[in-house]
Amino acid sequence: MGSCHGHQMCAIAAPEVFGSDELGNATVLIAGDIPAELEGKARRAEANCPERAIIISE
Amino acid sequence: MTDTRKPVESLLTDYDIFEPSFIANPYPGYSEIRESECPIAHTDRYQGSWLPTRYEDVVALAQEYEVFTSRGILVMPPPPGQAEGAYGGVAAPPITSDPPDHHWHRRLILPVFAPQAVAKYEQGTKDLCNALIDEFIDKGTADAAADYAQHIPVRVISTMLGVPFDMEEEFTDWVRGVLENMHDLERRKRSRQSIIEFFLAQVEDRKKNPRDNDLITELLNTEVEGKKVPIEYVLGVCNLMLVAGIDTTWSAIGSVMWHMAQHPEHRKQLRENDDLWPTAIEELLRVYAPVTMARIVDRDIEFQGCPMKAGDRVLMAFPAANRDPRQFENPDEVILDREHNRHVAFGSGIHRCAGSNLARLEVRVALQTWLERIPEFELVDPASVTWAGGQVHGPRSCMVKF
Repeated sequence: MGSCHGHQMCAIAAPEVFGSDELGNATVLIAGDIPAELEGKARRAEANCPERAIIISE
Repeated sequence: MTDTRKPVESLLTDYDIFEPSFIANPYPGYSEIRESECPIAHTDRYQGSWLPTRYEDVVALAQEYEVFTSRGILVMPPPPGQAEGAYGGVAAPPITSDPPDHHWHRRLILPVFAPQAVAKYEQGTKDLCNALIDEFIDKGTADAAADYAQHIPVRVISTMLGVPFDMEEEFTDWVRGVLENMHDLERRKRSRQSIIEFFLAQVEDRKKNPRDNDLITELLNTEVEGKKVPIEYVLGVCNLMLVAGIDTTWSAIGSVMWHMAQHPEHRKQLRENDDLWPTAIEELLRVYAPVTMARIVDRDIEFQGCPMKAGDRVLMAFPAANRDPRQFENPDEVILDREHNRHVAFGSGIHRCAGSNLARLEVRVALQTWLERIPEFELVDPASVTWAGGQVHGPRSCMVKF
């Protein structure tokens, strides 16, 4: 999340997966693997980050 | 008034962001430049500037903050005798700050605008939207820009700053003096002076009478590395909130109202599907991004084949980037559930808009409240809509009937 600048596009796309810290930068709400039912939303978050700061690994 | 400006010969070499037809509708011009062999245009007007229009170029500029500095953020040079970024030592941190100071300038204000922090302004915003609608709902007609949009951000910002609502007219006038009428150097100078004098008096008042839950008081008490922050910083943040928080958001709300007046199918979609709102707001911000920031080139550099010189101004046309077909499918179309939307309405990189979560909230609440009360409405006369443009684009008069 080093290049996060707080666009919040990830939290808009996947509010179950991404939240906000006190500065408005993104936090990951889920520890470990993303549950299958949220994968679509998480991918959408990845595709909506203007800083390209989200990388979901297989 | 007769327009005495010289006609634009070619957008690629002579664009004029203050030309009336460009102000009203800049998108065909952006598109012409973007799709030409020269997607970074240049003009000699207003002492010269560059205008990149492709998404990749605009984002690359925003990321290269050491080369493209924030010493000046307006395309018009300051009036003679005035410093570039600051007036009387007061700038608008962190917008006008460069690293290393930028880091703490931004760090201190971000918590004020985090999503969870701005949520507390939702009900107040809704109440003030309802109060504005009460004024005109029985008339069957209203100016969605001047009677509605224009009053929302200024009141929200006044609430945040703990200053009286009766300053609304002055604030609006000053902000327009700085942002919309920047080519009127006397007005710009006067407006900046008025802003600083007003907040200087507010700061003096808070020093004598500190208040609880008050942003100015909190800023005055903030310490960085064991020392109180300088007064210029406090004044600068107040200046920023006024200049960056009013005209911009009011322009976005106005454009959204203008759009919705012409698109009953989008009103219907939003009425029928609550889940659509988050992506819808982002899509509207993409298409109607109001703000174009400027940068000053730090050193001679070749950027995408353009020979930029130290001191040159570069416009970061976020509205142009947001309609680049290389980045967005059907970029001129509003698709409320757009799947991929890496829009840069709020910029990109270290200077990305600090107040974006507040702006989003205001745009959403303004539209939601209006649609609840006035579900069906249309433009009285599309040709009579007037616009402000240049670096902040949005309608200034937009008569609707219902």
